[in-house]
Order: sequence, then structure tokens, then C-alpha cells
Amino acid sequence: MIYDPLDIALMLAKIALVFFVILTLAAYLVFAERKVLAWIQDRKGPNRVGPFGLLQPLADLIKLLTKEDFRPIGADKWLFYLAPAMAAIPAIMIFAVIPFGAPLRLFGHTVQLQVADLHVGLLLFVALSSLAVYGVALGGWASNSKYALLGSIRGLAQLLSYELSMGLSLVPVVMLARSFRLSDIVAAQAGCWFIVYQPLAFMIFLISIAAECKRIPFDLPEAEGELVAGFHTEYSGMRFGLFFVGEYLNIIALGGLAATFFLGGWHGPLLPPVVCFSVKVLAFAFLFIWIRGTLPRLRYDQLMHFGWKILTPLALLNILVTAWWLVLRG
Amino acid sequence: MKIVSDMTALLTGMWITWQHIFRRPVTIQYPEEKRTPYPRYRARIVLTRDPDGGERCVACQLCSAACPVDCISMQSAEAADGRRYAAWFRINFSRCIFCGLCAEACPTLAIQMTPDFEICKRDIMELLYEKEDLLIDGCGKSHDYNFYRHAGIGVTQPRGAGPKEKPPVDVRGLLP
Amino acid sequence: MEAYLFYLLAAVTVIGTVLAITEKHPVHAIVYLVSSFFSLAAIFFLLAAPLIAMFEVIIYAGAVMVLFMFVIMMLDVGRSGDGLRPGLRQWLPAMLLAGVILALLGMMLAHGGWPAPGAGAAATLRDFSLTLFRQHGVAIEIISLQLLFAVVGALYFGKRRGP
Repeated sequence: MIYDPLDIALMLAKIALVFFVILTLAAYLVFAERKVLAWIQDRKGPNRVGPFGLLQPLADLIKLLTKEDFRPIGADKWLFYLAPAMAAIPAIMIFAVIPFGAPLRLFGHTVQLQVADLHVGLLLFVALSSLAVYGVALGGWASNSKYALLGSIRGLAQLLSYELSMGLSLVPVVMLARSFRLSDIVAAQAGCWFIVYQPLAFMIFLISIAAECKRIPFDLPEAEGELVAGFHTEYSGMRFGLFFVGEYLNIIALGGLAATFFLGGWHGPLLPPVVCFSVKVLAFAFLFIWIRGTLPRLRYDQLMHFGWKILTPLALLNILVTAWWLVLRG
Repeated sequence: MKIVSDMTALLTGMWITWQHIFRRPVTIQYPEEKRTPYPRYRARIVLTRDPDGGERCVACQLCSAACPVDCISMQSAEAADGRRYAAWFRINFSRCIFCGLCAEACPTLAIQMTPDFEICKRDIMELLYEKEDLLIDGCGKSHDYNFYRHAGIGVTQPRGAGPKEKPPVDVRGLLP
Repeated sequence: MEAYLFYLLAAVTVIGTVLAITEKHPVHAIVYLVSSFFSLAAIFFLLAAPLIAMFEVIIYAGAVMVLFMFVIMMLDVGRSGDGLRPGLRQWLPAMLLAGVILALLGMMLAHGGWPAPGAGAAATLRDFSLTLFRQHGVAIEIISLQLLFAVVGALYFGKRRGP
């Protein structure tokens, strides 16, 4: 196969751009979370490093890099070292399929603002989010610690059950768009966003992604009150940082996907497409922070009960109703 | 409908946290913003003087006995006129917890507490306050109290000349 | 380019599977098997069957293996040295089956190989589902009934019986 060097250059440029933007965004999301949580609790939040505390992520990075890289006795060496990467890499890879803007015309080429426009994009997302479980599971298991093991067992059960409802809530979207390709799904929402047709699927998806990225009220794998820090109890330094950044990357990725599936992707009034998309993603990130500032943690049996006995049947019912509606409408 | 009440509960909570985002933070950023402590705030310990300018401390050791962290030590001495005083008086402020028990124990109101709570030093030995560091020139919180005017000991005035004090009984006299 | 990728992935698949069989530690075996599944999915992707590739990852690597790992962690059987090496009685049937498959493969190769997959003609989702639900509708129904039985059975076992 012959590749056009310009195509390759553009692709590499897109990858570099996405990488740079999401890593910066993840670092600043940590900062934003601390700030917003502080405001919710009538505090000021980090404001020491740089103007308004804006250099705080940098200071955190330096701290994490210079900390001791600790490995507990009896830990499974390779899995312990690899698990943080297993948690972060799927989160980064999800960004490959997210379309973040309308196609551009550059140097006589039409440039998709999306790294890889696979026609199984949605399935790739489901696959990657199911692979993200391994980081949590192996990290906790390899630490040779009771707390970490309990955290990863909880994580396994939780992620597995909520992945199911997440996948099922996306089926109506596929039915409406008649494609797994994310750019087609966005194109199908040019007129009317899918949230209008599928408010129930949107709610199920929202709850499921909150559970997928282990946020309060679903933060059982790392419940500080019960399990110290859950599956990453024994991690320190940059390995802990990778878990941490992976979590925030996940928030951004899942927010971007929620915007793509239900809120019309980069379609939007007035603003240019990229800005529109970013606004939606940031709104989702803010929503998660806001929820974290408000709600308490669920109990474990409540979590499983809610996932299996309420969300999954509801999602199945929703698929059935959508299918009937589509058939009857013709 | 349970689900409706549940949703209302969730949304009420969200609404309250939303309102709190725009509230003014209650944080006081300490080194830059300082709150003025109240005049009778009880922090750093001082040794006060009586209205006549003499030291109030009579080196009775009650403060050092009351101190839960054992940070007060002294050596008592007696002047020629019978006035007791501390030859040296030392408070180790690296141990002091500002509990105020010494000030409560002091019978002569010599130990008193001031609103100055910022006593941080680079060198811990600088927190060892000697008598000359502790003594102040004023009377502190009680302006007119002089222990020796009430003690019945002839230091500030001849015995029996103090307020509400009867002349001493002449033990060699015949009348009771 | 594609050929090199294929050989690389095939080597990873084979080595991963062999290590998964010979590894005594169950969690390590699962990790090897998952990497083998993943490279298998990548091979499917190279063969222009992205749908199969994704299902491979979602179902095998993402769900089945995770359940295995969940059970291993819950029961805490992950101590190396626990498991004995299988004896000849256990090896024999497996070897027999492997021999049959190898023989069939050899016969196919001797016959002149198999037709190459249509280059570039990736099976679209529409073709895939039409084939699945038009031609193999009965099979799909049977499988879904079987799943329904499994669900009902699980519900029955999971129901708390009265004293």
C-alpha cells in the first residue's frame, strides 16, 4: 500500500495534538476538581502555586516524580509495575475514536478531526473500557495487600456489571444512527440530538459511566473510608500518578463519548464545532465533580442491586421499545 | 411514588451544593490575613509586675506543679526585706500548650496570658524564655493588685498597716 | 507491512497461549491468555474482519477472562505450587484432539491451502447481520433460548429460599 507522506504527517500531528490536549486537560481537571470541591465546601482551594494556583498541576507532577517508588514485600513484581499502565493506556486509546470537530480542509486534503474513524468505533470503545478493568484488578491483586485485594474485587464486580448496562444503553443509539461509526452517529444528530429520543438511555449511560470511572457515588473500589485507597493503596509516586491520571482521562473520554452519543457531538449553535464539543465535555466533567461534592457513597449490595435489577432490565426494555418504534415507523 | 421522592432528594442536594459554589469562602488565609484575637485571648505567658513596679512572682512553684507538660522551672530566693522572688524563671515555649493552668494556679496573679500566639522560631533554643524575656513592665489584667499588700508580711508596708488588716497581736501583752 | 505485522501477532498469540497452558500461577495464565486474545483480535482486524476482532476483545478478553479472574481472586486460589501438573490421563484426550486438528490442518494445506479472504472487502455490519439473522436465524433463536434458560436457572439458584 502506498501512503501519502502528507497524510502520515497530518495523522501524527493529530495524535500529538490529542495527546497534548488530553494530558494537559487531565492535569487541569485534577486542579479544577480540587477548586470546585473547595468552593462547594466554602473553602478557597489550592491558590499557592502560581497565580490563582494555576501551576498546582506542575507542582503535583514534580512531587510525584520525586517520590520514592515503593514496592511492598511479596508483591508480584511485573504485574505490580505494569498495572498502572494497563489502567491508563485504554483510557488514552479511547480518544482515538472520538470525533472532536467538523472535518477541515487543509493543504487540499479533507482532514477528519478524529484520529481513527473506524466503522466499529463504538465497539472499540466498549472493548477498551472492558480492558480497563485489568489495571484495577491486577494492580490490587499484585500489591499483596488485603485492602488492595478487596478494592480490586469490588472493582471487578462493579465494572463488569456496569459495563453491561452501559453497552445496552448504547444499542438504541446504534439503532437510531444505523452505524457503529462515531462520525455517522454524530452526522445522524445534525437535526435533533439523540437525548431527545432517548432520555432514558442517556440517564442509564450517565450512571454507568459514573460507575465506569469509579466516581462518587460509585467509588467503592477506592473507598477511602473503608479500604484506605482501595486498589492503589500500595502505589506511590508516578505509578500512583498513572492510576490517577488514567481516572481523569477516563472522565474526559467518557464525557466526550456521552456528548458524541447523545448530545450531538460537535454539532451546536453559534460556536465553532471544536469549541462546542469542548464545552460539552467540560460540562460533563463539571457534572461529575458536582455530583462528587453532593452525594455519599453507595453501599456495596445497593450498587450490585441497582446495576443488575434496575439498570440492566431498564436498558433491555428501552431497546425493545426503541426497536418496536423503529419497526412501526418503518 | 418512591422514585419521584428519591429524585427530588437528589436534586435538592445538588441545588444546595450549587448555591454553595457562589458563597464567599470562610477561609482566612493565615499568614497574609490575620484575625485580631480578643484582648483576653490566652496565649503566650508573661510575668507581670505589681502597681508599684516590683515583681509579682514569689517563686511558689505552684505554676510549675500545675503545668501538664512541665515547661516551667524556677529557682526561688528571698531578699533581705523578706520578699520572695525567682532567682531565675524559665518557660520552655516549645513545650507550652497554652492550657492556662499555670495562670489559674498563680496566687499572686504574676503569670498571665497574652493574645500573642505566633511564637515560631527557626532555632528551637530561641523558644526557651528566661525571666528577663518574660517580665513585662505593666500589671496585665489586674491593675491594682499587689500580693504583699494583702499578705500580712512586712514587705511593702509595716505589718498591720495594710487594707482590712488588723494590727498584729502582741503575744506578750496581757489582753487577748 | 501487513505480512510482518501478521507474523509478529501470530508469534505473540502462539507464545501467549503456550505460556498460558504451562504457567502454574492462575492469574499469570490469565494475563498470558488475555494478551493472546488481544493479538488474535488484531489478526482478525488485519483480515478485514473488525467486527469479529471487537467481539473477541469484548467477550473473551473483556468479560470471560475478567470473570475467571474474579473467581480466582474471590476464592484466593492464586497461590503458586498449589496446582499439580496434570498427569498422562488428563493430557491424553487433549493431545488426541490437538492431533486431530493438526492432521486436518495438514490435509487442508496439502490440498492447496484455502482461498484468500477477499482483499480490502471488509464485511460491513449490514452484511454481517443479514447473514446472521437471515441464514442462521434458527441457530440464533436456539442460542438465545439457551441463554434464557441460564438466566432463569441463575435466578432460581440465587433466590433465597424460605426456612
